Amino acid sequence: MTGSLLLRGMITGIIAGIVAFVFAYSFGEPQVDLAIAFEDQMVAAEAAASVASTPAEEEAPVVTRETQATSGLATGLLIYGAALGGMFSLLFAFAYGRIGPVGARGTSALLALAGFLSLGVVPLLKYPANPPAVGFDDTIAARTSLFFVLIAASIIITIVSVLVARKLWAERGAWTAGIITTAVFIVLQAVAFVALPTISEMPDGFDPLVIWNFRVATLGIHLILWAVIGLGFGAWAERLLEGRRASRLSAA
Amino acid sequence: MTYATMQDTAVKPIPLRDLMPWGIFGSLMFAIFLYFVGAEQGATAVVRGETIHEYVHDARHLLGFPCH
Repeated sequence: MTGSLLLRGMITGIIAGIVAFVFAYSFGEPQVDLAIAFEDQMVAAEAAASVASTPAEEEAPVVTRETQATSGLATGLLIYGAALGGMFSLLFAFAYGRIGPVGARGTSALLALAGFLSLGVVPLLKYPANPPAVGFDDTIAARTSLFFVLIAASIIITIVSVLVARKLWAERGAWTAGIITTAVFIVLQAVAFVALPTISEMPDGFDPLVIWNFRVATLGIHLILWAVIGLGFGAWAERLLEGRRASRLSAA
Repeated sequence: MTYATMQDTAVKPIPLRDLMPWGIFGSLMFAIFLYFVGAEQGATAVVRGETIHEYVHDARHLLGFPCH
């Protein structure tokens, strides 16, 4: 059973990756191009300012921009989608029948909501996505560590919140459990935000609109990935676990 | 007043014993794939060069990972 769920999770994740790629190519790539144009301007301005007029050596790129924006982007998103979908299905296999009076589709939707918030939204509120040209090369190690520490903290806080919700749900009902859990979640995340250092590496003159649109695109990609996985996998898993009859009955 | 609980539905959880090997292997695979899409040849590198970094460059930026 777990194997069947895993296969379904990975396939759903790949489909989610394809949809996310179409979105990312349409709405994210134009912002990446604008950011790279700004980066090129910065480099050109620096070269012009330096007295030693060594011609800027134009290195041949390892991977062309076109490849990065098409097959590279698609590969990255599809692998991420497949890995996310597979991991999601295993978490689902654990959560199914253990979190509360919800069936397969409900479990999947709740799990996806928790995943979207804890992995897609919360980490990016503290350390938002940045296009090329933003961020200093020599701080990449620290920024990468902090980002993964924040994600780990977010996952732990989400698990704590789920445990709180599960306990309160049985004792006080879904409504009260939802309100208290949300409060616990927000307070703990706020503590993590305050505890971790601020990163501020925006270059002067960078168009704020490009940053905004780029970050909205990032949010959209995560929303698409989690929505397709949460809803798609839920419907598919329901057929497997509860039979075709259950699907038809609950859809009616 | 009573609330709906797990006992009201006929859902049988998958036993932990069946889940464990899948969970461990799945988590390992997830971590490895996440690392290669999100961080390889950025702060750290398993494979020398920058081809992997450059190839998944746009996905890394747009997913929100620190890239360079």
